[in-house]
Amino acid sequence: MQAKSPIAHLVIHLILLAGSVVFLFPLLWMISTSLKPVEETMTIPPRWIPSEWRFDNYRKAVIYQATEPEPYQFAPGDLFNGKLRVALYQRWPFLVYGLNTLYLCLLGVLGTVLSNALIAYGFARLEWRGRDVLFALTLATMMVPFPVTMVPLYALYRSFGWIGSFKPLWVAAWFGSAFNIFLLRQFFRTIPRELSDAARVDGCSEWNIFTRLILPLSKPALAVVALFHFMYVWNDFLGPLIYLTEQRNFTLSVGLQFYQSQHGGTEWHLLMAAATMIVLPVIVLFFFTQRTFIQGIALTGMKG
Amino acid sequence: MTKTERTNLRRGLGFISPWLIGLAVFLLYPIGASFYYSFCEYSVLQPAQWIGLANYRDLATDEVFGKSLLNTFFYAGLSLPLGLVVALALALLLNSGVRGMTIYRTIFFLPSLVPMVALAVLWMWIFNGEYGVLNYVLSWVGIKGPGWLNDPAWSKPALVLISLWGVGHAMVIYLAGLQDVPTHLYEAADLDGANWWHKIRHVTIPMVSPVILFNLIMGIIGTFQFFAVPYVMSPQGAPARSTYFFAMDLYDNAFPYLRMGYACAMAWILFVIVLLLTLLALKFAERHVHYEGG
Repeated sequence: MQAKSPIAHLVIHLILLAGSVVFLFPLLWMISTSLKPVEETMTIPPRWIPSEWRFDNYRKAVIYQATEPEPYQFAPGDLFNGKLRVALYQRWPFLVYGLNTLYLCLLGVLGTVLSNALIAYGFARLEWRGRDVLFALTLATMMVPFPVTMVPLYALYRSFGWIGSFKPLWVAAWFGSAFNIFLLRQFFRTIPRELSDAARVDGCSEWNIFTRLILPLSKPALAVVALFHFMYVWNDFLGPLIYLTEQRNFTLSVGLQFYQSQHGGTEWHLLMAAATMIVLPVIVLFFFTQRTFIQGIALTGMKG
Repeated sequence: MTKTERTNLRRGLGFISPWLIGLAVFLLYPIGASFYYSFCEYSVLQPAQWIGLANYRDLATDEVFGKSLLNTFFYAGLSLPLGLVVALALALLLNSGVRGMTIYRTIFFLPSLVPMVALAVLWMWIFNGEYGVLNYVLSWVGIKGPGWLNDPAWSKPALVLISLWGVGHAMVIYLAGLQDVPTHLYEAADLDGANWWHKIRHVTIPMVSPVILFNLIMGIIGTFQFFAVPYVMSPQGAPARSTYFFAMDLYDNAFPYLRMGYACAMAWILFVIVLLLTLLALKFAERHVHYEGG
């Protein structure tokens, strides 16, 4: 609905500007606090802009939970046996939380995209007996809230001996998820059937149709699935809280929570520096993928 | 089955084979097991022992559970309608054809990207009773702000305020819905002499009502699993359990206390509540939601 009179436009701009200040302020306040000397965090009236920029707060936040490091000499094999990670963890714990999170994000995103594309293809572009029944069952499982499956999954992973490892946090992503199957299936169905038929007449195998025809045409939808799963893993708190037992395996979310529970209430400048380091990558990612993001949200909202 | 049918079936199952495992192992089995455990005493360290309805009976008289349930309903009852109004209002303003729409949209959307734990820590700082910037700003207009997260009367409203900061996600969904409303409807309303409120009330809201319903249902499902933010602020739901929510009680029973059967019973109650509320929303929708061509 278009506003027509210039006065209406002015009023709308004023409201939106005021709203923008309210919405942006907390983020700016976080960054401002993160750069202050500690004595300037607790003053009344507050200092809006630090008298000097303490970028050193970020270094302090990274090493905050560091333990007495054992002497360490790099050997190439340590990349895989975990020794390097321990050495890094003793020196820069927050860096290791970041690496752990990235590792989970990469494995999760890869598994999510590959498995759901494959599964959605089977539901969207092949005819087989029982397909629609199975798809209906798949949709029905979307209604089940996570806490229902939480305890048996824990028991299951425990029986595999996976508690304390990263496996409970990424393996399931390689076996599909109802929501992503639904999303990709809807997208695959918009690709004209004639394209597949023509390829079949030319003797193309189903696998080649999937990998050479459908996947390249579906890049926007695959990007949405990848992006959202990345955000999900980056954000996830309950999963790592349940399954990770050792501090050196923590993700950024549990790392920050642990930090806050130990030292919260006083060192706000360091907490804000740590929070900024978790928020900033997501915001940078958003600016690079803005269009995919906005379209993806609109797409997921439209299924209602 | 003919030969082609069999080939088709084999091919179809081949493509979805990861899901056959995923559905069975990570969904159907846990759902079934959870239902069974809800009738058991189960600590994960020992095999589950059947105790019939005892978990459900205990829940009926569990005061902490009652408190967490009440807190959750209170929070949902405030944050869902307020979030709906704020998100829709912002979307309407953005859709009014003002210049700089994409910039405003980005600004309003950014907070919804902030990871939950960072969000909780940030707002603990803003709400800080002594040095918090919010109470300082309130003092400009002569208001002596409450202790927010340290005051049982204000801790839940504080959490509702935080949830409003994250409405950007829903706003983007509404905006997409608004952009699909055909302009000829507004032109027709103009001819009939409708003012802006009439147009919102009788054209816009009916046209986006399916989106409102979708957001509402997603909101119900999400709110009843509200966990990370209150847990980071205080795992015990301090002060005076005023921020102790359903999912926190469930988590505490399952993991720190290892009362896993009890936790499963809670999860099933959660499922039934969410299901009932969704059915209620759908029932309401039957009369009030307008589907194009329906």
